[in-house]
Amino acid sequence: MDEKLPPPNPEEQEQRLEQERVTRRTFLMNVGIGLNALVVLALATPVVGYLLGPVLRRKNYRDWVTIGNASDFMPGETTLITYRNPFQEPWDGETANIPAYVRCSEDGKYTVFAINCAHLGCPVRWFSESQLFMCPCHGGIYYADGSRASGPPERGLFTYEMKVENGKLMIRAGQLPTLRNRASAAPCPSAGEPKAPAVVTRIESCPSTDRPGTSASTIG
Amino acid sequence: MPEYGQAWYKRLYDWLERRLQLEGPIKDAVLHPVPKSTASWWYVFGSASLVLLILQIVTGILLGLVYAPTAADAWTSLQVLNHQLPLGWFLRAMHGWGSNFMVAVVLIHMAQVFLFGAYKFPREFTWILGVFMLLMTLGMAFTGQVLRFDQDAYWGLGIGASIVGRIPLVGGQLVDLMLGGPIINGATLTRFFALHVFIIPGTLLAFTALHVWMVLKLGINEWPMPGRIVRRETYIRDYNHLAHTDGIPFVPGAVWKDLVFSAAVIFAVAFCAGMFGPFGPKGVPDPTIINTVPKPDFFFLWIYTILSFLPPDMETPFILIAPVVGVIILVALPLVAGVGEKSWWRRPVAVFSVMFIAICFGVFTQLGTTTPWSPYMNAWSGAPVPVQFLERRTPLERQGANVLQEKQCRNCHALGGLGGERGPALDSVATRLTEDQLIRQVLLGGGNMPAYGSALSPAETTALVRFLETLHPHYQPPASDASRQVVGQAGVPANSTVQRGGGQAAVH
Repeated sequence: MDEKLPPPNPEEQEQRLEQERVTRRTFLMNVGIGLNALVVLALATPVVGYLLGPVLRRKNYRDWVTIGNASDFMPGETTLITYRNPFQEPWDGETANIPAYVRCSEDGKYTVFAINCAHLGCPVRWFSESQLFMCPCHGGIYYADGSRASGPPERGLFTYEMKVENGKLMIRAGQLPTLRNRASAAPCPSAGEPKAPAVVTRIESCPSTDRPGTSASTIG
Repeated sequence: MPEYGQAWYKRLYDWLERRLQLEGPIKDAVLHPVPKSTASWWYVFGSASLVLLILQIVTGILLGLVYAPTAADAWTSLQVLNHQLPLGWFLRAMHGWGSNFMVAVVLIHMAQVFLFGAYKFPREFTWILGVFMLLMTLGMAFTGQVLRFDQDAYWGLGIGASIVGRIPLVGGQLVDLMLGGPIINGATLTRFFALHVFIIPGTLLAFTALHVWMVLKLGINEWPMPGRIVRRETYIRDYNHLAHTDGIPFVPGAVWKDLVFSAAVIFAVAFCAGMFGPFGPKGVPDPTIINTVPKPDFFFLWIYTILSFLPPDMETPFILIAPVVGVIILVALPLVAGVGEKSWWRRPVAVFSVMFIAICFGVFTQLGTTTPWSPYMNAWSGAPVPVQFLERRTPLERQGANVLQEKQCRNCHALGGLGGERGPALDSVATRLTEDQLIRQVLLGGGNMPAYGSALSPAETTALVRFLETLHPHYQPPASDASRQVVGQAGVPANSTVQRGGGQAAVH
């Protein structure tokens, strides 16, 4: 009784060898793919970091900029000023010149408004006769204190964080004001209405009327 | 073995062909049979889009030889192209008009494909790729507008940043990513340059190759007939049958119409470029020049209009959700409606959708062109009060006309057809509002008008309202408050038929 299997014929043997050979080659190919994946991964880290650079550097964007002597701004007047953006590249050209409005109220309190309409960022224009800011894009209108008067904006004008040091008016500038992290913001409360709750005042929407020179910022 | 009896170019061709071996596949592609019905003038828009894409690439590369992608110099380099380099203006005009034509032709192509049911089985993925190609075409149009680095580009970027900034949670980070920094500056322009010149066109070309490949492999959509239903089980067999029994080779049977139309489109682009010249650049991109009225290019005016008409509290949800929903609907369309009727005679909803969208696009674009919602910033000093509104007025009333001008009322209110259109025209305002209502409206505002209470002295208010009171046609009296009259007449209007105490007697 011969329990041995018959030896594989040459053809079968060849097939088996072929299968084995392919397995070995497939393995080596997989090693190759794995090596390339590692290389890609190693390369991807700096590339992703490079691409995310604008987000990772966010903390450095804003800086204090002197915009003039505080005494130059007459009480009751709103003045258009320009300053050189603190965060800039040598090839920025004229785009680094940023305009803003300084309002000095009758009692000598300062507010610095961003030029950008709170709706879609177009440059608002000040009309001293009617004491209104008007936006040329979609007709947003603001009162002299920056609160929303009419049109599509859902809030008042953005204000800069500001301070007066040694008689110089300084603002914390550098970043384009947008609605940022909040998808919506309440319009400035008028006299009778309660102030916005503390949770949403991280980005203060209204010029502070009670504390001169320390209005909370919307920009940043 | 070269045959020496042949002309040199034939021998060169043979030499190359023996090595390239491209003749076979190309012959297969151009000679493949297509249903006779597809050799139609309705089927020329796809090839015209491709030809326009090639035109854009060629003109774009030529402009790239000169354009300086830095915030400080881009505007100047465009001026050099426009005014100093021979025919530089014409190249810029070709590229600009080519872009407008490309968006238009791509949209027509899409509407035609939709109405002819060409997105149905087995061409679903051709449509889905096409949706992304449309988005990339629009992306090219927007980024191209940014590279024309002028005032509109600057403030257009601001609008883009404002929209992106509304995205919850990551809006701020995305704005930084989009602008390449905290604010619109040199870094913004270079990344839009990379998008416009490398990233989007590269992807668009790859997608175009796949799109055309699928058209070749799956065949051109046959002319839809009412009642010829698309079924997954039978369609391919039916299509091949149709193409082979009632078909013609693509070249030259169908291609000649494509060639004629493409030539006409390119000629139209060149004609517009020669006649109307290049687009801009408008003013220098200096943000301190705030006396500007930023407006997007033609194909984005409809968005500009929608952003003006949305109520403030609906705006953010709408502009964040609507585009996503729109893209999802377009992508899902062939997956949901991949079989069934192709003919527009049996698809009324499809036909009306196209008509509705086309009409909305037209109306919104028209409104965006005239922008009746924007104040006319110079109307208060540039649009005088027409003489007929000043004749036979008292000095106080004329003083009121002065107040009307000085306080910028005209920026929103027209008089004699001049002035802003944001508020109602004031030509006959006295017939609509009584004196008390006028005072209330001026001082407290309301109905989208700002309150002027703090900007007007009592004397100015009186003069202004007196003047407004005179604004009514001679045949129509001003509105009056009946209750005041009653008070003035001791409770009974002068011409009343009601007689106090006598009324009862008259009945008997």
